[in-house]
Amino acid sequence: MRIIAKDTLVNTQGVRITKIVVTSKHIAAKAQPGQFVVLMKAETSERIPLTVVDTDKNAGTITLIFQELGFSTKLFGTMNAGDSFYAVVGPLGHATEIKRYGNVILVGGGVGIAEIYPVARSLKNAGNTVTTILGSRTKDLLILENELRAHSDHFFVTTDDGSYGRKGFTTDVLKELLSKSAYDLIYVVGPVPMMRKAAMTTKEFNARTVVSLNALMVDATGMCGGCRVTVGNEAKFACVDGPEFDAHQVDWDELTKRNRVYDQKEKHLCNLHKQ
Amino acid sequence: MKKEPVRISELPANTRNGNFDEVISGYTEEEALCEAKRCIQCKKPFCTEGCPVGIDIKTFIGQITNKDYAGAYHTIRQKNNFPSICGRVCPAEYQCRKACILTKRGQPFASNEAINIHFLERFIGDYGMKNNLAAASVKNPRLSGKKVAVVGSGPAGLCCAGELSRQGIQVTIFESLHKTGGVLRYGIPPFRLPRNILDFEIESLRRQGVRIETNFIIGKAQTVAELLAEGYAAVFLGLGAGVPSFLGVPGENLCNIYSANEFLTRINLMGAYKFPEYHTPVNIGKHIVVIGGGNTAMDAARFALRMQIMNGIEPNTTVVYRRSEVELPARRLEIEHAKEEGVTFNLLVQPLAFTGDENGYVQKMKCLKCELGEPDASGRRKPVPIKGSEFELDCDVAVLAIGLKANILLTSVTPELKVDKYGDVTVTPETMETSIKHVYAGGDIVGGEGTVIEAMGMAKRASRAIIDDLARSSGAHV
Repeated sequence: MRIIAKDTLVNTQGVRITKIVVTSKHIAAKAQPGQFVVLMKAETSERIPLTVVDTDKNAGTITLIFQELGFSTKLFGTMNAGDSFYAVVGPLGHATEIKRYGNVILVGGGVGIAEIYPVARSLKNAGNTVTTILGSRTKDLLILENELRAHSDHFFVTTDDGSYGRKGFTTDVLKELLSKSAYDLIYVVGPVPMMRKAAMTTKEFNARTVVSLNALMVDATGMCGGCRVTVGNEAKFACVDGPEFDAHQVDWDELTKRNRVYDQKEKHLCNLHKQ
Repeated sequence: MKKEPVRISELPANTRNGNFDEVISGYTEEEALCEAKRCIQCKKPFCTEGCPVGIDIKTFIGQITNKDYAGAYHTIRQKNNFPSICGRVCPAEYQCRKACILTKRGQPFASNEAINIHFLERFIGDYGMKNNLAAASVKNPRLSGKKVAVVGSGPAGLCCAGELSRQGIQVTIFESLHKTGGVLRYGIPPFRLPRNILDFEIESLRRQGVRIETNFIIGKAQTVAELLAEGYAAVFLGLGAGVPSFLGVPGENLCNIYSANEFLTRINLMGAYKFPEYHTPVNIGKHIVVIGGGNTAMDAARFALRMQIMNGIEPNTTVVYRRSEVELPARRLEIEHAKEEGVTFNLLVQPLAFTGDENGYVQKMKCLKCELGEPDASGRRKPVPIKGSEFELDCDVAVLAIGLKANILLTSVTPELKVDKYGDVTVTPETMETSIKHVYAGGDIVGGEGTVIEAMGMAKRASRAIIDDLARSSGAHV
């Protein structure tokens, strides 16, 4: 539960993305791509889920990458190498089904790029032809470019402002690729609006699409149901039934609203700590 | 002349509903003596038959009248590891007190005249705590090298761990949450079970040599098979009934509709009542509706009302239940307490749907009025919706307390472990052994939602079987 290394991947234009390596022998031994852990900085903290980006079984460590976006992730950002979390528990959620699908596209947006990295690597190792599309607001906010390029057969970057790669959105490239050839799996992780847009894009082509959802969680063991999402008209718990679901079945509107349920409280908390 | 039952002192309803202090103050020695003397010491006591673990109630009450409090403590401890906890949370009016000879025949729950057995148990439990009376250690040197893993630190797990470690067995409890106690911590509110009581019991186990690993999910970080391979001679599964049920009505996923588990966990375990000092929030509304009629519903409603008062909101919390008051499955005491504190009850009402605003927050609950029909399989009269009786309730926060199902986190990844159609673990009743050899289970994961004392009863049976099993394998006699 101790941070042994910390690296700031991005720190510009008010965006800070941080990578930490945390000791946890049992989680390192078991975590599979697609799974997550829950962390608490202190006894007073929230329980925050983060995807396991990488593991080192020998060293007994896990790698986590997070954007310092909300109050609790900002608090994580104040921790340094040598500091310990109050709690780290996992691995949670189902692992990504890694097999030879054939032709796959991975789409990562913002900090979601960190989450597609272990999946891309495993899918590549499983013999798939991997096409990766990374999306970022601007060049300086892009993470893990080299790492993902190394595990991809085809590689695209889009930036909203055109400062790097193609100007536009990941969905533009996605649409082009799907119009040209057939793909067996599209795997998308990013902000909810981006995943939603990607789902709409791939639906036109009837391409099987999986998303990893970042619903709000408390225990993350199926106990509270706070993370429930409607998938194909059925209530599912993102923590134990997911976090991956069929993108075409997700009720995105509901997820968007549910994820905002504590915005006011969060703002209050952030303001208090600014003073 | 028949003596009146000794009333227990309680904090006044109009002040206690603004804090989380324990509502019931407990008997003084004098009061306990007075109440104990009311017991007529039946030749053939029914009360013990009414107790799920068969505490020798007649004897311990007799010991109280003789001021042999330590003796009374040890009498209870023979059957119940945590008298301070059970004395507070046991639904005595459905168990020992209902069986008491002073209860009028044919009552659905204990009469007022029945001996206040639970309050006497609590008095003795607290006496034991204050005087550091522990159950005698019976360390068996031939069991001392043995290791047993207990999964879950709720009532069943704590009880099993205590029983085994008392024999000199090295017990490790694995708990998935960051704090111990299971439902006693995340579910039951401090105004019913103060945290220092729970902490004391857990600390006693630690002192007794029990190791506790929090943040450790068996089934995820390690499998049951791995525990056995690692040298644990037996594994006890006290997984609990952790998964909340939902109504399945339209609008149920609107914002501010909580499962009782989530609502209670946020407040109890995560400290949302101390927000922003604690960072986990909970939303409290002007019209809180709690759906359900069990103890969890009462806990949620009493919490909700307190949170309204503590946040300067005019208290307005309503319990909505499909049947009438007599069918409410909650403890009578909790119902009374909830009413005194200001919780209102809207009975014979069935929720139909929730509707919300454009941001997805719940605003109204659509309902139907019900009347009672024929008794159903549970023996209670079935609620029958009245046609055309639709109405709406204001509802900006809803808490669903309509029951819990088995937690599948471990069972779903342990295919050798046999479960029934409800997902509950199947056991041999005499030993509580599961379909996997050396793996035992007890508490709500066996047979569904029950009480703390029932969970302890099962844990005791399992611990006995584990001890026998380990003794046999090492040739020791216990």
